[in-house]
Amino acid sequence: MKLNAKSPEGVLAEKWDKHKFNIKLVNPANKRKYDIIVVGTGLAGASAAASLAELGYNVKSFCFQDSPRRAHSIAAQGGINAAKNYQNDGDSVFRLFYDTIKGGDYRSREANVYRLSQVSVNIIDQCVAQGVPFAREYGGLLDNRSFGGAQVSRTFYAKGQTGQQLLLGAYQALSRQVANGKVKLYPRTEMLELVIKEGKARGIVVRNLITGEIESHSAHAVLLCSGGYGNVFYLSTNAMGSNATASWRAHRKGAFFANPCFTQIHPTCIPVSGSYQSKLTLMSESLRNDGRVWVPKKIEDAEAIRQGKKTPEDIKEEERDYYLERRYPSFGNLVPRDVASRNAKYVCDEGRGVGKTGLAVYLDFRDAILREGRKVVESQLIEYNGSVKEYEKAKGKPYDELIYVEGKKIIEAKYGNLFDMYQRITDDNPYETPMMIYPAVHYTMGGLWVDYNLMTSVEGLYALGEANFSDHGANRLGASALMQGLADGYFVIPYTIGDYLAKIGHADKLDTADEAFKEAETEVKARIEKLLAIKGEKSVDDFHRELGKIMWEYCGMSRNAEGLKYAKGKIQELRKEFWSNVKVTGENDELNQTLEKALRVADFMELGELMIDDALDREESCGGHFREEFQTEEGEALRNDEDYAYVSAWAYKGENQPHELHKEQLTFENVKLTQRSYK
Amino acid sequence: MNWVVKTLTSTLGRKLIMALTGAFLSLFLVVHLIGNLQLLKDDGGMAFNIYADFMGHNPLIQTVSILNFTFIILHIITSVILTRLNNKARPVSYAYDGKSSAWSSRNMGILGTVILIFLVVHLSNFWGKSKLTTFEAGSYVPYVTYGEATMQNLYDVVAISFQEWWLVALYVVSMIGLAFHLSHGFISMFQTLGLNHSKYNFVIKIVGYEFAILVPAMFAAIPVFMFLNLQGGLLYLFAGIGVLALVVGAMVSNGHKQQLAV
Amino acid sequence: MNLTLKIWRQKNNKEKGKMVTYKVQDISDDMSFLEMMDVLNEELLKKGEEPVAFDHDCREGICGMCSMYINGHPHGPERTTTCQLHMRSFKDGDTITIEPWRAKGFPVVKDLVVDRSAFDRIIQAGGFVSVNTGVSVDANEIPIAKDVASEAMDAATCIGCGACVAACKNASAMLFVSAKISHLGLLPQGKTEKNRRVQRMIAQMDAEEFGACTNTGACAAECPKSISLVNIARMNREYFAAKVASEA
Repeated sequence: MKLNAKSPEGVLAEKWDKHKFNIKLVNPANKRKYDIIVVGTGLAGASAAASLAELGYNVKSFCFQDSPRRAHSIAAQGGINAAKNYQNDGDSVFRLFYDTIKGGDYRSREANVYRLSQVSVNIIDQCVAQGVPFAREYGGLLDNRSFGGAQVSRTFYAKGQTGQQLLLGAYQALSRQVANGKVKLYPRTEMLELVIKEGKARGIVVRNLITGEIESHSAHAVLLCSGGYGNVFYLSTNAMGSNATASWRAHRKGAFFANPCFTQIHPTCIPVSGSYQSKLTLMSESLRNDGRVWVPKKIEDAEAIRQGKKTPEDIKEEERDYYLERRYPSFGNLVPRDVASRNAKYVCDEGRGVGKTGLAVYLDFRDAILREGRKVVESQLIEYNGSVKEYEKAKGKPYDELIYVEGKKIIEAKYGNLFDMYQRITDDNPYETPMMIYPAVHYTMGGLWVDYNLMTSVEGLYALGEANFSDHGANRLGASALMQGLADGYFVIPYTIGDYLAKIGHADKLDTADEAFKEAETEVKARIEKLLAIKGEKSVDDFHRELGKIMWEYCGMSRNAEGLKYAKGKIQELRKEFWSNVKVTGENDELNQTLEKALRVADFMELGELMIDDALDREESCGGHFREEFQTEEGEALRNDEDYAYVSAWAYKGENQPHELHKEQLTFENVKLTQRSYK
Repeated sequence: MNWVVKTLTSTLGRKLIMALTGAFLSLFLVVHLIGNLQLLKDDGGMAFNIYADFMGHNPLIQTVSILNFTFIILHIITSVILTRLNNKARPVSYAYDGKSSAWSSRNMGILGTVILIFLVVHLSNFWGKSKLTTFEAGSYVPYVTYGEATMQNLYDVVAISFQEWWLVALYVVSMIGLAFHLSHGFISMFQTLGLNHSKYNFVIKIVGYEFAILVPAMFAAIPVFMFLNLQGGLLYLFAGIGVLALVVGAMVSNGHKQQLAV
Repeated sequence: MNLTLKIWRQKNNKEKGKMVTYKVQDISDDMSFLEMMDVLNEELLKKGEEPVAFDHDCREGICGMCSMYINGHPHGPERTTTCQLHMRSFKDGDTITIEPWRAKGFPVVKDLVVDRSAFDRIIQAGGFVSVNTGVSVDANEIPIAKDVASEAMDAATCIGCGACVAACKNASAMLFVSAKISHLGLLPQGKTEKNRRVQRMIAQMDAEEFGACTNTGACAAECPKSISLVNIARMNREYFAAKVASEA
């Protein structure tokens, strides 16, 4: 099968408008005759469900949480990019497009990314109209900040809770459509199978998480907005419930899985503290604007710190290695996420890591506090005619302490809530001792393969947001995930879905009594029964933890062929053991959280193996995928555009059969491929 | 008028009834107190008796007093309905309840009941004696003549009653109950009416606590002083209240400052 | 540290529940409360007993899913969510009582899991701005004063966990409802339909059988996101104004 991305012909800037004009429309009076299933209620899912219902379609919206408002989009802190150029600093749709393509290490589709940049401006308008309380300046206009090393200030934010506010906006729009009777909500309901007949997606089979009932839902089209698969690694910044089951089940039914090895490791997370650890917490990337990353120069010092014999304050300035500033003088601490993460791994591998486990580096605010403090104090000093003595007398504190106090105030205003969060979790005060951070799995760029219309390789099945592979290439830029989720849901799918629906007509819908549904139901029930019948020794978490360890070790921040091959064998063994030795208590016909987990972990194990296959196939380093065999002399990622400028789209071929690789060649007409350099 | 009924039977409407009736009753307390303080004048009860006679015969005051009783009843009925609804809203209670609010705020019902019991005793003692008997049928209340006017000598009734130590004790305890009731009710009234603003909250708070403590304190002082047969009672009372006002003021503003610091 | 846990166990909504006592050993100070619960569940599972069901998801204090009533307080002794509560807040030998949120409007589903869909229905009644996707008004068309935007943001910070209901002696939902009414009512975009919104949301809140507010302030004292009582006052104002003055 040849993959057809359906990118429109013509000039880049006109593609989307032309496409919108060329695709079919559904007559307004006919829209109410179409049913659409939306799985997931995050930014992509909620915005799509709301927008489609506004157009007149009948929408069924599913989520496994108790309310649509809990989807993990809510946890995004930093912000959302948009090419508004409100700051007059030279931003434009083309610049956002260019930054995104380049940041993604040239592994994404030009037409998609350009469209994303175009609609980014509409998203902000839409969200403000919904009442999203973005940060504002005194003049009442929207505030922006520069984020993730971008050269312009194009990030809109709502305190450190941008994801929450955007999601609540979409959730409220969704709620409005529920009240209008156009959306029916199915909370605490998990999709366990996709139903296909005659090559078209016809509906889904779900489990009611409270009663355990297996139910079928039929529709003209199915939208998967079920997020990423970072939880393959067990420890990640994803929510505990985030899972890949919806995507993976669709994949097994024929949807290609694209670029599964592209995972993003976020550099600033709170390090692991013990084996009981259940999840990792992200500290906003904005911290790197003021914090300096360092480890001791000498391994002995690092060792002493690990054993508690020395504190970071004991390490003199000249004994500290500010390794990012040293290696990347022009970008310093603000290098992109993949570079920052990889370098943290290197210094820890060298034995210079800190913290009890040795898997942490310092993020130090001392200099920022002093720098900001000095500014304030010097400006206050003028009032005392520059006399330090009088100043000290008036303030009742020594000069140096005043610098610290004033500086602390400034840092507190910027990052107060983050510092509090850090202190709550670690019991360390980051104003007094440096923070400790370590990279953690954060986002997955890979996902179901989709064409320009966001349709997967199965007709009538769409994937939106993090669930698809589309716009971030091999590495996602900060504040771009929220943008993509909302772009897909608010501004892409409402147009592109019409093309398909108009083509098939409203009569083309399957009854849930059809044997295709019955078969899928039987399949799901058998899977559940099988899990409940094993009654083995090991818990689901045991398996999940083990899977995570293998993936992190061999398919994490850096990978090599030997390790990957070894890991593949380990996962196969683990999977075999899982199906013979997992212990799932309770019954199906009740709220059974162990069973829910078991179903998800079973799918993670299969997906983990595919990630390894993909990482093995891609014999180059790009973005979040770093193959040790392919690096420059200085240890930077070495891309191979000649042979690997393609999207790998994997087809499922059956239980224990090798996947089949399909390649979508990427062509770049508007950007020149360059080696990323942050030196 | 359907919207009026709908509004007043919503949870917010019922709160509004509580607040508005509460506000009126608070005002009543002030008027009642000013009148009653005349009991402490060293004039053998003349000022008080003249005042009581005026209050008992003025048609406007009579109307207001009917309103007053209506509001008391409305305040009670609404609170009973609210309490029942609120209890229903939590059918299973906690095994371990940590309580994160002031005791008086949680127990307005108990405090209200104390006040209600007091009201029954108080009304049957004085108001009932004065109203439900007539001169002809043989009165509980003696009569007194000032110049040309003959009137009930309520002062005597009061003075005799307050020779009973247990009655004085009941009054004092009830006024403590009233103080706690007001310490939540008065400030709460502003919140219900939507008057909560960082610039004015301090004023509401200080007025609220001063009111909640000083008014019941003065009420309680009357039976105590009369029991002790203190001469120059009013003077002592005002001096004492002045000191108390300062203490309450200092405590409230100190608490307010600490709260701001948190 | 070693701890005794008294936990509410209830098979489902129909059957009666009871408190059951468990012991856990070697709990680290750095564990989060939910990780301690994970340890307990892992042990129960290995013993062949059924693990304790509890709601949780993001475990970083923002999704609002976790909901345990710990030692008499929603989310426990610290002013944060259950997932952000750490075991260093307890000491060796402590007995910890863990119950579900208790309210008519939040029926127990199983063990510590309750059904909070009443909150969704209250939002559906009017907790939104009625705009369709595709508005063409530029985001900077209507300036909003910084302090107004920031006040709206403070109200919008509510995570819908229901701790306010759990803390209130009347199981009243007014802090939650007022936070949404304030958030939208403060912004020019939401002002247009504020009369309709406040009336519909309060009608729905009453229909869900949450109790009435008696201004005890327990909700705000326990709110993990520090939502202020000012919001309830604002809601009261808007409600009475809407009832008395508006046609809607």
